[in-house]
Amino acid sequence: MNACPENVIHLMDDYLDGDISPSDERQLREHLESCSDCRKQYQALSKTIAFVQSASHIQAPSDFVQKTMARLPKERQRAGVQRWFRRHPMLAAAAIFCILMSAALFTNFNDDQQFSFTKQPNLMVEGQTVVVPEGQTVVGDLTVRNGDLRVEGELQGDVTIVNGQYMASSGVITGEIEEIDKAFEWLWHSIKNSFKDAAAIFDGDDSQTTE
Amino acid sequence: MDALVNKRIAKVLKGDQNAFAEIVELYQHQLYQICYRMLGNKQEAEDIAQEAFMRAYVNIHTFDQNRKFSTWLYRIATNLCIDRIRKKKPDYHLDAEVRGTEGLNMYSKIANDDELPEEELMRMEVQERVQYEISRLPDKYRAAIVLKYIEELPLAEISEILDLPLGTVKTRIHRGREALRKQLSNL
Repeated sequence: MNACPENVIHLMDDYLDGDISPSDERQLREHLESCSDCRKQYQALSKTIAFVQSASHIQAPSDFVQKTMARLPKERQRAGVQRWFRRHPMLAAAAIFCILMSAALFTNFNDDQQFSFTKQPNLMVEGQTVVVPEGQTVVGDLTVRNGDLRVEGELQGDVTIVNGQYMASSGVITGEIEEIDKAFEWLWHSIKNSFKDAAAIFDGDDSQTTE
Repeated sequence: MDALVNKRIAKVLKGDQNAFAEIVELYQHQLYQICYRMLGNKQEAEDIAQEAFMRAYVNIHTFDQNRKFSTWLYRIATNLCIDRIRKKKPDYHLDAEVRGTEGLNMYSKIANDDELPEEELMRMEVQERVQYEISRLPDKYRAAIVLKYIEELPLAEISEILDLPLGTVKTRIHRGREALRKQLSNL
């Protein structure tokens, strides 16, 4: 093979790679016809390739997919929740509504630990107690949070007391008195009020349409 | 095929593990075959192929969907195989008895790995012999030869899988081919 041109071995490699130009291929063929050493080498390599390619196709074991899946890390929590949401959109919407609603109300209730009351003229404050002084008249509804109420004069309107109490006294209240102490009652009160408001809107619509 | 796979990948990215099972279904035989030809052992091939799928799953967010998924997957698998082959070598305890054999220690196993006596080679079935000859190739050449002649992949793809320049891949295939020819000279 020493007498053979240097590039024949490269041409042979290119040919076996399936990556040879037609002119190079012609050159290789011509050489192989004239040189028995190179021809032997070429035949041996072809045989080698054929031998490796005679390897039969191997199939993965039948339980391969199942075993592989068992080895994967557990699905992230988020994904499971997302899928559940996609399958039950109405339930999901209702659940989110409930969670947000109650969260908002409870935080309102808990954050509102401060003493506060509806600003009305003529009201007086003694510590944590709102006082309607004797001889004075307050017109309008009154809400007191985290404080007490004492009426010595006259109050023309409804009274709502949250986390506090109405102290019976000589005064006059012309509306209803409601005392709310617990979180749940506060929630119920809010819901009741929002329904009342809604009903008022619908009533208003009705009256408009009947007119 | 690629569009189909990318759709599955999008689902996996959203956290849908079931979509990944379909990907495993598609590639299991190819991947297992590569591992088996590289390692020459069914248990190890199964272990490494599963490991490769597992790593693909965990790192799926790093896969560039403009590329071919199979290339990426085969790359993970061949790297794992080469690591396994290299780790296995110093693990030999030469005096330790080979499991399931009596009085056969690693000295005899190594001798076997190097070269079997001719009459034993002749008794081998063709399939057994093919695997034996592939296993005798140095791991560098083995990967290139398996991808080229067993998986019949184009050279450009092999170069991507092995992360080597095209020229290097060609050289490895040529040398692997030549090494095999020498091994088979008695055939």
